[in-house]
Amino acid sequence: MFAIYKREVKSYFDTMIGWVFIAFLMVVTGIYMYVYNFYYGFPYFGYTLYGIEFLYMIFIPILTMRSMAEERKGKTDQLLLTSPVSATQIVLGKFFAMATVLALALVPFFFTPILISSYGNGSYLIDYSTMLTFFLLGCVYIGIGMLISSLTESQIIAAVGTFVVLLLLHLWPSLMNLLPTSSASTAIGMALLLALVCLVLHSMTKNIILALGVGIIGILAIVISYLTQAEWMDGGLVTLMSQLELAAVLTDAGYNYILDVSGLILYLSLIFLMIFVTVQMMCKRRWS
Amino acid sequence: MIEVKNLVKRYGSHTAVDHLSFTVEKGQIYGFLGPNGAGKSTTMNIMTGYLAPTEGEVRINGIDLLEEPDEAKKYIGYLPEMPPLYPEMTVWEYMEFCAELKKIPRKKRREEILSAMELTKLEDRKNSLIRNLSKGYKQRVGLAQAVLGLPEIIILDEPTVGLDPMQIIEIRDLIRSLAKNHTILLSSHILSEVSAVCDKIMIISQGKLVANDTPQRLEQTMKGVATLNLEIRADKKAVQRQLQSIRGIRHLSVKEGEEEGTVFVTIEEEGEEDIREALFYACANAKMPILSMQSVKATLEDVFLELTSETKKEDQRVEESPQEASPEEFKETEAMEEEEDVRDL
Repeated sequence: MFAIYKREVKSYFDTMIGWVFIAFLMVVTGIYMYVYNFYYGFPYFGYTLYGIEFLYMIFIPILTMRSMAEERKGKTDQLLLTSPVSATQIVLGKFFAMATVLALALVPFFFTPILISSYGNGSYLIDYSTMLTFFLLGCVYIGIGMLISSLTESQIIAAVGTFVVLLLLHLWPSLMNLLPTSSASTAIGMALLLALVCLVLHSMTKNIILALGVGIIGILAIVISYLTQAEWMDGGLVTLMSQLELAAVLTDAGYNYILDVSGLILYLSLIFLMIFVTVQMMCKRRWS
Repeated sequence: MIEVKNLVKRYGSHTAVDHLSFTVEKGQIYGFLGPNGAGKSTTMNIMTGYLAPTEGEVRINGIDLLEEPDEAKKYIGYLPEMPPLYPEMTVWEYMEFCAELKKIPRKKRREEILSAMELTKLEDRKNSLIRNLSKGYKQRVGLAQAVLGLPEIIILDEPTVGLDPMQIIEIRDLIRSLAKNHTILLSSHILSEVSAVCDKIMIISQGKLVANDTPQRLEQTMKGVATLNLEIRADKKAVQRQLQSIRGIRHLSVKEGEEEGTVFVTIEEEGEEDIREALFYACANAKMPILSMQSVKATLEDVFLELTSETKKEDQRVEESPQEASPEEFKETEAMEEEEDVRDL
């Protein structure tokens, strides 16, 4: 795994991608930091980080698009998969390489809180914990990008796909406002989600009994809940979908000055999930 | 040593590999021969762990490839059809990466890389970017990666494709020198190369193993239908009359010869008897001078064409015949066609 990690990091800086990523991220963050912290005198760098969350949407796809797609296209995955390394090690090596590039881009930010404090009263606690949240959120997005990259051979499709998913996640709070909150709509919404889950289950396991089984149990649960007017049905759809508001943790940290540790754990679990599914995708390709 | 048992690989309704079973033993060079699309590369990909089989098992030195892939892959060096190179790396960086991937101990890495590059004559290119290398050099880098660390088993998928004749000879010499202490499996559809280098040949057609033997024995299996070509200065009818009575002739065909007054006679022998003496005396007694008599032995190409076309007919599929034909004399080509015609009956 270490060999792959080293190679990937080196490759990001031998080609222009690593440099471009860091440079642009720093330029835009620098502008925001100047405007928020130095022009308007806002004392917390964490607020700037909250403001630049949207940048991930643009830059993460650039970083992740070639991680898996290029290996398949150039047939170098043949080298990796016929060597005595497991698919898990390959995916981990690549993930950590991308996380490293992100971390390197964030290193200059370490100095900003100190800079701010030299002019007034900053808060190291807020700033550095927001930085940690920001970094972990970036890692989750990298995981998503890597997974999407593993689904295709074309880097462009991977980039666009990742961008769309990240855009959706960015707009999630606004989208949640549009969802109806009545009981009936919750039931219908849940049923639709259930159908989606069953479809995915079926396409991954090709086991129609499993998919139908899960579907039938799910429908029963929904119908019973609706008929008995269970409490959670009221606005339940919104509550369920809101769990996916990943950036909310960053908002809490940078805007509300709350460090949501459970949110960080959510991030770590999602990272783990993304890596796991990517490994499965890699292995699945061998069998078909 | 590699054992392959009942290997099957299906892509939907298409069977790429159909119940393949063979053993590859140490110290020998094995050749995989087959038309395009026969399943050679697929089989090699399965044997090295890139693909997983639909059915069957592969054992490397007794270790099951699917159960303990990391253990088993340590013993294999693989050069795929397209060498898996990273264009943005230099040759040296790439070799270092491969050495680390293959778990070569750190202390020995430099030494192993240098010897692999020496074997494939890459020393003067060690700082070139792979993207800037010519195809032949890229192939050499791929080969260097395959022999890096001198693994017990070396699998090469069309190792000489894209190389110039000089390099082809070098690679063949390299393969021969490695064969003493390693097991080598190479695939090709250049018949001359396979018969020159390999100790044993496996012919694959349409996913099935149709032959697994030494080149000599394979050629011998065709001996039963050996052909004699004669050029006789005599009248066509007279020749036919005279020779018909000789025992041991399965098929006799007489054609107008090149020179005036001569005929080309093609005789298909039946059985083990050598009828050349009988022919000589028959012609001499009838005062028909034999200007030339040539024994046409079946070559590997004939074996290959017959075995692969038989499988084709069985499956009733239309495919292009293999293109590799070494230049043959007119007579021998004729003889081949006659052979095939007779066999159809």
